[in-house]
Amino acid sequence: MLNKQELTDIIRSLIPETEFPDGTQLLEVIVPAEKYFSLVEKLKSDQKLSFNYLISQTAVDFLSHMTVVCHLESVEFRHLIVVKVLLTDRENPTIDSLTALYPTAEYFEREIFDLFGIRFNNHPNLKRLFLEDDYGYPLRKDFRDEINIIER
Amino acid sequence: MSEEIIKDVMVGENEDYIINMGPQHPSTHGVLRLEVCLKGETVKYLIPHIGYIHRGIEKMCEADTYQQLIHLTDRMDYLSAHMNNEAVCLCVEDALQVEIPERVKYIRTILDELNRIASHQLWWCAFGMDLGALTSFFYGLRDREHILDIFEESFGSRLLHSFVMPGGLMHDVHPNFQKRTKEFIKYFRKKLPEYDQLLTGNIIFQNRAKGIGYMSRETAIGYGVTGPSGRGSNFACDVRKIAPYGAYDKVQFNEILGTGCDTFARYQVRMAEMWESMNIIEQLIDNIPEGDYTAKMKPIIKLPAGEYFRRVETARGELAVYVVSDGNKTPYRMKFRTPNFSNLFVLNTLASGHKIADLIAISGSLDLVIPDIDR
Amino acid sequence: MSSNLYDFSTLTGSIHAALSGMMSSGWVVFTELVLIGLLFLLFYALLGLFLVYLERKVCAIIQNRVGPNRVGKWGLLQTIADLIKLLLKELIPIRKADPILFNLAPFIVILASFMAMAALPFAKGLQAVDFNIGVFYVMAVSSLGVVGILLAGWSSNSKYSLIGAIRSGAQIVSYELSVGLSILAIVVFSGTMQLSGIVESQADGWWLFKGHIPALIAFVIFLIASTAEINRGPFDLAEAESELTAGFHTEYSGIKFAFFFLAEYINMFIVAAIGATVFLGGWMPFHIGNWEGFNHIMNYIPSIVWFFLKTFFIVYLIMWFKWTFPRLRIDQLLTLEWKYLLPISLVNIVFIAFIVLMGWHF
Repeated sequence: MLNKQELTDIIRSLIPETEFPDGTQLLEVIVPAEKYFSLVEKLKSDQKLSFNYLISQTAVDFLSHMTVVCHLESVEFRHLIVVKVLLTDRENPTIDSLTALYPTAEYFEREIFDLFGIRFNNHPNLKRLFLEDDYGYPLRKDFRDEINIIER
Repeated sequence: MSEEIIKDVMVGENEDYIINMGPQHPSTHGVLRLEVCLKGETVKYLIPHIGYIHRGIEKMCEADTYQQLIHLTDRMDYLSAHMNNEAVCLCVEDALQVEIPERVKYIRTILDELNRIASHQLWWCAFGMDLGALTSFFYGLRDREHILDIFEESFGSRLLHSFVMPGGLMHDVHPNFQKRTKEFIKYFRKKLPEYDQLLTGNIIFQNRAKGIGYMSRETAIGYGVTGPSGRGSNFACDVRKIAPYGAYDKVQFNEILGTGCDTFARYQVRMAEMWESMNIIEQLIDNIPEGDYTAKMKPIIKLPAGEYFRRVETARGELAVYVVSDGNKTPYRMKFRTPNFSNLFVLNTLASGHKIADLIAISGSLDLVIPDIDR
Repeated sequence: MSSNLYDFSTLTGSIHAALSGMMSSGWVVFTELVLIGLLFLLFYALLGLFLVYLERKVCAIIQNRVGPNRVGKWGLLQTIADLIKLLLKELIPIRKADPILFNLAPFIVILASFMAMAALPFAKGLQAVDFNIGVFYVMAVSSLGVVGILLAGWSSNSKYSLIGAIRSGAQIVSYELSVGLSILAIVVFSGTMQLSGIVESQADGWWLFKGHIPALIAFVIFLIASTAEINRGPFDLAEAESELTAGFHTEYSGIKFAFFFLAEYINMFIVAAIGATVFLGGWMPFHIGNWEGFNHIMNYIPSIVWFFLKTFFIVYLIMWFKWTFPRLRIDQLLTLEWKYLLPISLVNIVFIAFIVLMGWHF
């Protein structure tokens, strides 16, 4: 199990563009969208890191931008990392899919697409998971549904 | 007339014979629809369709205070309601850095394990039913009733008991709690071997369960299959061991790992977990420290701005809660990584190439709770 | 040896004589046919109701429950209440179903079970038709029921029903062989296919005990195969409610569903009755060698009581199977038949022929 500093050093050497914000509960790494796939690929394949278990993948809408958040864990070493990608384009957010690395990502990404409208490149089956095709993206903060949601 | 009928029932050699299993089907354990493509009796592939009971719990959480949204988490995996509550509470306590009393930790852990036993009992009932052994249902429910009675006495509710609150418990447990739990453990130690006699040793059962639904360790990790289903594939994913919470660091227990990787291995892991849960309860029940049932909490909980992530082990696997707070009394974003969501989608990999009856057995062995998938 | 107490042929003979005194012989036959038909209808309905009640009680006992206990004394009227409910229910017509076959199927199923009942020797002298090929007849007729099941599955135009029906077809065609061969074992022992003859041949001991181990093997095979043949658990793949919702009768409602339900229970009774007749001596009392006193006491129990005791013993066994065992898979089911039961029965029957040839049996 590597500690935060060791992980930071290794990841910096792998992808120099990464940022590591301070004061977070877990180790977080913010990566540009174009380096996202290659970072996760390296995180998974690196012998010392081997982040082979994708715990969860989700997104957060901050109105100014959106974040895709992945929680990765290494089954062998038990260290945990949070990978974040900031997407400034809220109209048409696009990011690479992790399905090739983690099969479970296929469904996490479908859920994100369903609820946030973030598109995933190279996704084998990007369809909505829960809702109808014309429903809108309910977890976006500017989502309004006068009929079903009562604002308080 | 007759030609029309024949066209409807018969499909060509190369056409897919598609059966929609669900949303109302006896063995999908809820409103899950499996679009199953068959070749004769053999499953070619299947596509799960979910969302029939999607309630938007994550969206609803964004409008609720932390005390309120506890009640929503009950409705995800209703069979391990207690663990769901605890996940949120741990997250909140983490963020506020509250030191919760020892008594609370002990009681939470005991309730976790009782809930786990109750959940596994119901799984055992339903698994037997899936395989056509209808009697198992009544054996399991008979014993589960004892646990639910304990719950009812302490919390007033049997299934969805939002008993755990941020900082502690809603109120203290009933004075009879210790006595009745001990009685139950004594009773269930006698009754659990009956389960083995009825199903485990049965030759038909073994033939049905062994060698089907092979899930390698890599598949389990790749699909994020956790809980007893993942541990049946030798994937050590027990959060109670990885990141102990509650009183789990104070007890001796084994993480049950199966090496069979098939339906029977997952079955055995769950059966062994019931024994292990009883061991944990027995270690704790006599040593519950005296003290407050809750830490001092403000009436309105406001998490400091930031992101918080906590995991607990529910009866079905790893439940992770990811909270993004902007400093308000309601969370800015709440994400539940529910175990069944990941466990469901491995079904296609496991069941392809098996018979339709095996599909039922495999989905039974994954122990799916559909509201947990849909959220 | 066998007593003439409670011989039903005196009763039936006197009825025949009384009728002959009243009308010409043609009318006598006609009247008797109508009487027997009515009797069987009544018996059929009552038996069906009772078997459903019995099943619910037996399964309740196995499952730590009480079972029906509200309607009537010990819940005895529960099945009658259910029957009324089923009669009043709407018969839902299925769009795109073949209406003729769809409506015909339950009747074929029920007809097959009804016909099989005619040849059963219920008691001494109480048998509607005593064919000289009784065993053959019962087997042939009882397997006609599968035609109804196949029709039901096909005509419902439902995918579940079709799978259920095809499973059922494969299952019954296979297990018919083992049932036939295991009964044939006793036919070889007794040297007759007449059911009354087989019963008579067991006056000094039942074939289960007289026939050494081969008869025991035949009995076990008969139990397994006949359970499979009547589509009951653990071989209820045609219905398999956890897989196919209800299999071939998924789309049926009301009284048409009740017909399938009834036929299943009557079939269970029929195979149990055949088993009791062929292996357990039918209505013959239980006799032990030279214990004259004991045998004499046994003779005082009426033959019809013996018959029903033995039959319900086997019925109970079949119910016990259903409520204890998980269901087999279709390939395991066919493997069991073609790889185990059939070879064993074939070897068994050769062995029995050898025993009979050498005169080693009692």
